[in-house]
Order: sequence, then structure tokens, then C-alpha cells
Amino acid sequence: MSGAHHGDHVHTHDHAHDPLHAAEPRPEYARLERAVRELLIAKGVFTAEDIRKQIELMDSRSPAMGARIVARAWVDPDYKRRLLADAKAAAGELGVDTSNTATVVALENTPARHHMVVCTLCSCYPKAILGVPPAWYKSSAYRARAVKEPRKVLAEFGTVLPDGVEIRVVDSTADMRYLVVPMRPSGTEGWSEERLAGLVGRDSMIGTALAAAP
Amino acid sequence: MGGVEPFASQAIDRTEHELSAFDKRVDAMVNLLSHPSRALMRVDEMRDAIEAMPPAEYDAAAYYEKWIHAIAEVMVHKDVIGEEELVLKLAELKEAEE
Repeated sequence: MSGAHHGDHVHTHDHAHDPLHAAEPRPEYARLERAVRELLIAKGVFTAEDIRKQIELMDSRSPAMGARIVARAWVDPDYKRRLLADAKAAAGELGVDTSNTATVVALENTPARHHMVVCTLCSCYPKAILGVPPAWYKSSAYRARAVKEPRKVLAEFGTVLPDGVEIRVVDSTADMRYLVVPMRPSGTEGWSEERLAGLVGRDSMIGTALAAAP
Repeated sequence: MGGVEPFASQAIDRTEHELSAFDKRVDAMVNLLSHPSRALMRVDEMRDAIEAMPPAEYDAAAYYEKWIHAIAEVMVHKDVIGEEELVLKLAELKEAEE
């Protein structure tokens, strides 16, 4: 949430971590979910089947889709140009449905520049391409620190970059999300796209990690 | 949230979590309501409702608990769901549990 909001009542935050995820919601929230869902279904806003299909779609999305996009960009310079120009359209070429998503911008890491993505405002993430974000991406600690001490945060993720590498931290919004295109590891010359995709982990497309070494 | 204390001094918990069935239903509802074919809720409206939560409840609520709170607020605010209707429904559900 916004800094101003927290600035108003920061004193209430005395717990060590956000209660981001629980195995079960508290009873009043479980009831609220059921009440809202049943009322909206009764009113014809959506159907139970719509919810089932939407969950199916969510479950079908994973970082593997992003990895395919990155691997294609590594082997096909024309595709990479299209990806950097219009990531949604380029994702669409590989069958990723991005119709109900905000603008996605692909950012290419180079030997001179590394990108790292955060959403300081809330938790915006290119879900259509990478699936649901990891819990740490949504945590207050990551959101507060990524923009303040990116090198230290990267080091905690096991990513130590040479001092000469510029780090650009990009802040997502509801209308613009980012996909990092990590550098292709050396020693992968002649590899197939499929094999290359196996080196592209979720965190390398958020920018907290590099693509895996072969 | 950028640089805001005390969060800027906290360790990042990198534990991976699977979404629960509740989490997934709430996420699905947000997607369905924000879909252009319905256009009943925008991300900024949702965030506004979350940020307006009383601080203590904001702190206590899990991620998707905040989301369902926001859906309810926005739906009532837009009169898609009547406030009384929601109160009644919640009471019914509570009674059925007891």
C-alpha cells in the first residue's frame, strides 16, 4: 500500500512479518467470501462455473510460460526485438493469453545493466505470464527494501553483481507490469529452446536471480 | 512502501506458499469482476478499499482476506450488493454454522 497510508499509523506495525498467507482464512472472512460469492452468483454477475474456469486458468499459469518466452528471445533476435517492443503481443505469439492484463514491458538484462522488479504500492505482477507471485514479492519487507538497498536484497537472494553493473529497480503499477529477460548463460551455445527454458527460473524473470548456469 | 520503516529494516521471508482454496476463489472473483465484460471493479478501487481498512484490521488480515474485504466494500458501494442484504446473508451463514 502507499507510503502515506503507512506513514499515518506505522506504530501499529509491531509484528515481524506480514500475515500474508494462512492455511485457512479466519471464520468471519470465510463467511464474507461465501456470502459475497453466493450473492454475486444469485444476481447473475458470474456463475460458479466462471469461478471454476478462472481457477483452472490460474492453475495453468506458471513461470514455465515466461521461461519459454525468454528462451525464444535468446535464440531468435527478431522475436527478442518484438518482445522488447510489445511483450503482450510477443507472449501471445507463444499462445499466452494476455487479453485481460495490463501492459507488460520486457526489460533486457545486459552485462552493464541489471533489472529488478518490485511493486512498492501493492503487489502488481505479470500474472498472465508468470502465474501467481511468490509470497515474498508481496511482503512489506521486500517492497520497502528493494528500492532502498537493492544490492543487499539481491545478495540475500544469492545474486551478487559486480560493482560496475548498474541496477535498475522498476516499480510496477496496476497498468504496467514488467518481465525481466535475464542474460543467456555462457556455455549454452547450440542448446535447444526447450533446454534453455529449463535454465530460466521465476526469480530470474523478477530480477532477483540470474538464469541458472548450465 | 519504498524505504518505509519498520519494513525497510525487516528480513525478507522467502518461504514459498501455496494458495488455499479460499485464496483462489477470491483471486478468481477479482479477475471476473475486473474483466472488461463486467468492469465492476478496477485495481485502484480495490486498493483504495484495502487502504481504508482500520489499521489494526489491516495489520491482522492476510493478503486475500484484504482482497475479499475490498470486493465486499466495492460491491456494496456500487450497489451491486445491498448493504442490508449482505448483513442478512452473513447472519444466515453464521446461524447455519452454530
